[in-house]
Amino acid sequence: MAKKIPRSYEQDIVGDGIYSIRKVLEPPQESPNHGLKYALIGVSALFLFFMLILPLIVVVWNALREGFHVYREAILDEYTMKAFLLTLAATLCAVTVNTIFGIFAACLLSKFYFRGRQLLATLIDIPFSISPVIAGLLFILTFGNVGWMGEFLKENGIKIVFAVPGVILATIFVTLPFVFRELFPVLSAQGKDEEEAAALMGAGCFTIFRRITLPHIKWALLYGMILCAARAMGEFGAVSVISGHLRGKTNTLPLHVEILYNEFHTTQAFAVSSLLVLLAVLILIARNLVEWKRK
Amino acid sequence: MEQQIVKVKNKKGIQVIPGFGLSLGVTLTMLSCLVLIPLASLFLSAGQLDLKEFLAVVTARQIVSGYVVSLSCAFFAALINAVFGLILAWVLVCYEFPGKRLMDGLIELPFALPTAVAGISLTFLYSDKGWIGTLFAKAGVRIAYTRIGITIAMIFVGIPFVVRSVQPVLEKLPRQYEEAAMTLGASGTYIFFRVILPELFPALLAGFGLALARGIGEYGSVVFIAGNIPYKTQIAPLLIMTKLEQYQYADATAIALVLLFFSFVLMLLINSAQIYMQRFSRS
Amino acid sequence: MKKRVMAGALVITMVCALMFAGCGKPSKEESQGMELLNVSYDPTRELYEKYNELFAEYWREKTGEEVMITQSHGGSGSQARSVIEGNEADVVTLALAHDITAIEEAGLIETGWMDEFDRSSAPYTSTIVFLVRKGNEKGIQDWDDLIKDGVEVITPNPKTSGGACWNFLAAWAYEEKHSGGDEKAARDFLKKLYEHVLVLDSGARGATNTFVENGQGDVLIAWENEAYLSMEQYPGEYEIVAPSISILAQPSVAVVDKNAREHGTEELAKAYLEYLYSEDAQRLAGENYYRPSDERILKEFSEQFHLDMELVTIDDFGGWNAAYDTYFQDGAVFDQIYGE
Repeated sequence: MAKKIPRSYEQDIVGDGIYSIRKVLEPPQESPNHGLKYALIGVSALFLFFMLILPLIVVVWNALREGFHVYREAILDEYTMKAFLLTLAATLCAVTVNTIFGIFAACLLSKFYFRGRQLLATLIDIPFSISPVIAGLLFILTFGNVGWMGEFLKENGIKIVFAVPGVILATIFVTLPFVFRELFPVLSAQGKDEEEAAALMGAGCFTIFRRITLPHIKWALLYGMILCAARAMGEFGAVSVISGHLRGKTNTLPLHVEILYNEFHTTQAFAVSSLLVLLAVLILIARNLVEWKRK
Repeated sequence: MEQQIVKVKNKKGIQVIPGFGLSLGVTLTMLSCLVLIPLASLFLSAGQLDLKEFLAVVTARQIVSGYVVSLSCAFFAALINAVFGLILAWVLVCYEFPGKRLMDGLIELPFALPTAVAGISLTFLYSDKGWIGTLFAKAGVRIAYTRIGITIAMIFVGIPFVVRSVQPVLEKLPRQYEEAAMTLGASGTYIFFRVILPELFPALLAGFGLALARGIGEYGSVVFIAGNIPYKTQIAPLLIMTKLEQYQYADATAIALVLLFFSFVLMLLINSAQIYMQRFSRS
Repeated sequence: MKKRVMAGALVITMVCALMFAGCGKPSKEESQGMELLNVSYDPTRELYEKYNELFAEYWREKTGEEVMITQSHGGSGSQARSVIEGNEADVVTLALAHDITAIEEAGLIETGWMDEFDRSSAPYTSTIVFLVRKGNEKGIQDWDDLIKDGVEVITPNPKTSGGACWNFLAAWAYEEKHSGGDEKAARDFLKKLYEHVLVLDSGARGATNTFVENGQGDVLIAWENEAYLSMEQYPGEYEIVAPSISILAQPSVAVVDKNAREHGTEELAKAYLEYLYSEDAQRLAGENYYRPSDERILKEFSEQFHLDMELVTIDDFGGWNAAYDTYFQDGAVFDQIYGE
């Protein structure tokens, strides 16, 4: 295994961020692998087409099946708008909390050595391993009538499950590891020599983070936040268990889709789903703008 | 011997970088509030069964067939995702071509789409009357309502994991390796398998693990495409739902615990491997 | 050092802001009128949307009070569970009495709820029919046609879909009548029937989708009202076939006494359910393809419904709890059919 080159040297040559990388990794001037390049691009495109784009086409096709005005009506419906706002709020909360958590946890696990790191890393991944339905059930079993904290909460008039806080909690739970998962490999690969050097020179932990760690993880952080946002918007299973489906109060967009669908309003259901797709596309555009500005 | 040296070096590390206490505190507090305390409820609930009942519930024939279906389909789905995810990440990082941005942005879409909608759309496509399903039906292959269908739904929900795990590492990969190898006259495949892949492997493994865990727990999209015939295409999360419909909380949580245990062990293995490899490569 | 404190403060404020964002919401929804939460099942949304308007008007005329009704829809079983787990419903209007009994057992509804309103607290009913593709090429007329060679059947799993229990029981009733009460024959018939089942969806809507959108199977065993909804959505593509024997599906309603008492809405909740039996409400049910339980109003819809079917009731099976234990409990008849 090759020995890792000291970071400062590597940085001089590689620079930082995405643009230098492209320059670096794209086979320079030589082109013996042109065939391979196109083959790989082709394979990727085919895979994405069959697994991703076609299902999306189905969604849009179904949404517009009964004409544009049905589509518009479905989207401008009062309850759709309320669900939309709740989804936005839950997503925002989830991204904020999980970004904070992700940064701290990733720094902790990649910059410090202590006993039980593997265990901690695995514990953080638990929300991924739990079926979303069970994730929702966890909160019911904790805060609900049948849960051990139910009595206490009821006496104090605090409502968590079947109310907005429950929806937000469930969303945070299922998306918890995303930011961490994105940051961890990057921080691990980067090593900690620079931080150590800075610390030896007397920098405080916040300064080290801002000046050294953050620039390295900027893109991974952005990816993580986007993944987290996307997943939070689309979360269905956990929220479905905990929300109680109160129309106009605790219905998120995915739940609203389900209700419409169960009402035999297939077109409207797909119309509302396409709203979610649209949201995801908006996030994508925002990310591209950020990348473009940087250029 | 080598390990010993590593440890000494590591111990020094703790003293050098400040902020250990702060990050440990914040991480543990948030983790306990959001994950560990609710998780304790799962154990409490399953704890209502005594050991004999617990074993009887989790080893019932129908339940075991559920694990087998969930685990095997999730494994194949994660494997396929690992291969295509690696190719995708590679293409997205290393090549320039028209539509690259679009391709890059599409990766997250499976998350944004509610799983139920994904399931309905995929069934629509892959049933033997659907756009793609008809092609396969002519060849005598049924996709929807079989285990192949389940695997496809799991591939769909797992796509972003591998790509987004590998991509950041690939972007950070120093180029000297490749250059050095090339100067030494190594061939493309040799460089890839001996130089680049080992660097990517931890991230790839992590992505594989996440996709696998996600597949094992997936419910919303799979129920639509699965057919749900007992002993054939019933997934374990569906069996949990079945128990819940019968108000058997303890039974449901017991099955959930077993499922969680599988995932937990898998993730622990993968995380250990990842951390071990990282340590190994730095020594 | 200062910065560290600042970072800590930032984290704390963010978390606090979140908490407030979450908890602040429910309190501001207090309006001057009374509020009522109706936890119902799929697909009663349109029925109750119209009924709620009707009732709000009636209540305003009667008492001068405004009433705001919030609806919740989902699978009948999971809706019942949510009420048990703390969803503070004032009234429940679910697909089967078994689900309401579960809430009763949790201590939220007083025993004897079934006699609180007329006709076993079932203001509207439905039944089980077959939905076949236009032309009915396989010539499906009755239950025994379903087990002919080459017929593929779509029905949801009774263990995850409460509504599908009625499908199972209707088929059972048919064979039991035909074989003169032979239980063994009925069991064999059901076993054969489920061998013809291609896809066992987890819910009624999923099964309909499998049949309608994905073109699977030749016949869908469905609730009458849902079959009509499918016909409405795809006019001219499907036909309804009424079997000779079916079962009277009785969606039940009840006041959740404990919650209503806490909210001070007992009177309102009772009036809300009672008004379901009024002529206007019964007619509304009929327009939404539910059979009005009022005989007189039902006659008005005699063209819409097949009123000549012989309908058994759940009492013929000894009531819901007995039926559930015999057929659907873990290891009971349904599991045995698949386990053999």
